Amino acid sequence: MNGLAPGTLLWRRQLTNALALAASCLAAVIGLALLAWILWTLVSKGLAGLDWTLFTRDTPPPMAEGGLRNALYGSAVMCGLAILVGAPLGVAAGTWLAEYGGQRRIAIVVRFVNDILLSAPSIVLGLFVYTLLVMHGGGRFSAYAGALALAFIVLPVVLRTTDERLRLVPAQMREAALSLGVPQWKVVVQVLYRSASAGIVTGILLALARISGETAPLLFTAFGNLYWNSDLARPMASVPVVMYQFAGSPYANWQALAWAGALVLAAFVLLTSLVARALLPRRGLIHD
Amino acid sequence: MNAIPASAALQAAPAAPPRPGRDRRDARADRWFRRVLAATVAVVLLALASAALSMLWGGREALQSQGLGFFLSADWNPVENRYGALAPIAGTLATAFVAMALAVPLSFGIAVFLTEVAPRWVRGPVGSAIELLAAIPSIIYGMWGLFVLVPVMTAHVTPWLNAHLGTLPGVGLLFRGPPLGIGVLTAGLVLAIMVVPFITAVMREVFLTVPARLKESAHALGATRWEVCRDVVLPYTRSAVIGGIFLGLGRALGETMAVAFVVGNSVRLTPSLLEPGTTIAALIANDFGEATQTYRSALLLLGFVLFAVTFVVLALARLMLARLARREGA
Amino acid sequence: MTDMTLLDRTPAMPLDPVPAPAMPPLATAVPDRPAQADAPVKLAVRGLDFHYRGFHALKGVDMEIPEKRVTALIGPSGCGKSTLLRVFNRIYALYPGQVATGSVLLDGEDILGPRYPLNRLRGKVGMVFQKPVPFPMTIYENVAYAIRHHERLDKAGLDARVEEALRQAALWDEVGDKLGQSALGLSGGQQQRLCIARAVALRPEVLLLDEPTSALDPISTGRIEQLIDDLRSRYTIVIVTHNMQQAARVSDFTAFMYLGELVEHGPTAQLFSNPSKPQTEAYITGRFG
Repeated sequence: MNGLAPGTLLWRRQLTNALALAASCLAAVIGLALLAWILWTLVSKGLAGLDWTLFTRDTPPPMAEGGLRNALYGSAVMCGLAILVGAPLGVAAGTWLAEYGGQRRIAIVVRFVNDILLSAPSIVLGLFVYTLLVMHGGGRFSAYAGALALAFIVLPVVLRTTDERLRLVPAQMREAALSLGVPQWKVVVQVLYRSASAGIVTGILLALARISGETAPLLFTAFGNLYWNSDLARPMASVPVVMYQFAGSPYANWQALAWAGALVLAAFVLLTSLVARALLPRRGLIHD
Repeated sequence: MNAIPASAALQAAPAAPPRPGRDRRDARADRWFRRVLAATVAVVLLALASAALSMLWGGREALQSQGLGFFLSADWNPVENRYGALAPIAGTLATAFVAMALAVPLSFGIAVFLTEVAPRWVRGPVGSAIELLAAIPSIIYGMWGLFVLVPVMTAHVTPWLNAHLGTLPGVGLLFRGPPLGIGVLTAGLVLAIMVVPFITAVMREVFLTVPARLKESAHALGATRWEVCRDVVLPYTRSAVIGGIFLGLGRALGETMAVAFVVGNSVRLTPSLLEPGTTIAALIANDFGEATQTYRSALLLLGFVLFAVTFVVLALARLMLARLARREGA
Repeated sequence: MTDMTLLDRTPAMPLDPVPAPAMPPLATAVPDRPAQADAPVKLAVRGLDFHYRGFHALKGVDMEIPEKRVTALIGPSGCGKSTLLRVFNRIYALYPGQVATGSVLLDGEDILGPRYPLNRLRGKVGMVFQKPVPFPMTIYENVAYAIRHHERLDKAGLDARVEEALRQAALWDEVGDKLGQSALGLSGGQQQRLCIARAVALRPEVLLLDEPTSALDPISTGRIEQLIDDLRSRYTIVIVTHNMQQAARVSDFTAFMYLGELVEHGPTAQLFSNPSKPQTEAYITGRFG
């Protein structure tokens, strides 16, 4: 090591340095290896069960052949509804924070509360919607309840993104628009939203990616349904819940379906995340 | 040069008279806009408050009938309506602890790698790969744990631990168990893998905020790269790093799917990491669907406990992260 | 963790002003302007005090801005010149905790009065900022944006107004054939001229320019100064500048401010060649600021 005498302080320091750096490389290698292992499992097991019937047939009884059509439909419907409900609320609340809340104490409280909601265990949100809709609604699970539980996950994500993106718009743009005599609401809607649109859409897409993989909130709200159902007021299947039921079962065909579903789900999530990042290149958007 | 055209039309036109009543309408529209937005904010606040209260309300029956025993007794018997939740509470803490013990050093190593060690061209792809890990839904982790990790644990790890660590006095209690692959340790492992990307991301972002000047001065004094990391970067970002760890902890405490497949779902209190156990989230997920009224009340109360614990952890995390943000002048 | 929010940015602090080099008295550098004293008063400031966050930014300012002339506000950083400018279109009303007391009469009406409608004021008083901020829209839309809100015009009328504004801003020749392009693709100098076009599109009576060239290169600066010269016959112009030479080149009247007070105000030629207050002389000879 640079021809230094072993045992001197400098040698020890350099040794420590080398070991530490090697350890960090090892950590990175382990991390990548784990990722590769998981992806490999996902792809190999998922591809085995992947064919067209996945999209054309409903979930089967044990030991029979089938697909995931009802689950895919249910996921699509509930995620769509959740975005429809949660995103506008999130954008509106985020706008208030950025434009009217500023640094006032109430705004700090709201941001704090939002951060808690953002990171709260999703099962808790599922329980909440359960007590709200199912318990008081006569004990009936429904797709509405499932969508609402997911909406509670969408809302904080979109709120935070909107707040951050709007605050990034330079103050002078606001002042320039206002000094033209245009009312504040028009400035926000016509100028500021346009300026921040890429960021806000990214936030919505990331929220979508997240809720599509959420299982726990759906367990006691939409519950699940082995048959085709398009009635929103009744229990509805979804891909993650089906995965949960089938993967933990002892039946081989159910397990194969679970893995096929996992592959489709992972592909969707990754695709959505990539599109979201393409819209907004920089900025690590993983916060919670 | 642009000469202003001297056409009479342009020069003679004064500012058009303002549309009557428009100012009042504008002001009214502004007021309503603001009110609607404020109302949505109220919804957010209401949502959290109601979430907490609804679980407490739903669990009041269990609280009344079990009292403090709910938290202190390990006797969980739904058939006889006895609910001592010590086992799931202990299981939650144990799995989270194992997860953090494994994830924090690993995340730290990766974060250091990404910010200090890796050549520039490597940082982007590796960073993205780690972010990819974070995007994968947790249920897939759970499934991977069940199908891939459990056999490995059963065949190799558990016997080894039993034989080598299970025989030690004291500590050995932790590592004695049946040669199964499921249990608290496996669940902790899966959780750790899930949590690593989050903590790494926070650490990396935080490490990058250290001003280059500080690091460069240290280098100029002859410090090795590791020493710069240990003596400059870490102290500077200490609060935020702890905040990031707490964020990861919050996630680990509340995670359901990653754990439900591999934790064993046995509501028994044991000291061993290798025995099956349960966590609050896994217990609720497994049993809620078919539970009776009183059982559901107990589970709701458990949910409230989980919420309260994660609330405290997350609040602390935010506080820590805010400290660094303040220092940055953000 | 990046920009401060709108509500806690202190507006009176200019962004990184370029310090003016020390210069000898500008007796010979000021172009001749005919006698200005006979111009009617457009804006009359009476006993104006301004506070924000407890800080007393403007102290009892009394001033008269003549119509259809260029008045420059000069002074060292923090003297209140931008603050004063921003009172004229009440843009400070956006920030809670910023209070103006006293009166400012525009054509005899007190614009600080609670009854004076903000939007009408801003239709009469336009503002151009230090940093060019084109809206994320096409060039056409940028100019048409405010017109659409204030007036009902058909397409032909709107087109004509857009062209008129762009011609006034000396931008028509360069962008007349690509109005559909995004405004963000223009160069810095062009963007600032677009902002000027945006402001004059409403046919205001007063134009407020807050250090309009400090973020621009010298060539763009020269073009905009030329523009100000062309616009003076139609608008009352008040320009804040930290560049004394610019003030001397461009303005008919100059007001020197220091620590929130109006120290001296008079015809430019006179103020620069023969200042009556010692502080003024110290500033323009570069002894401080």
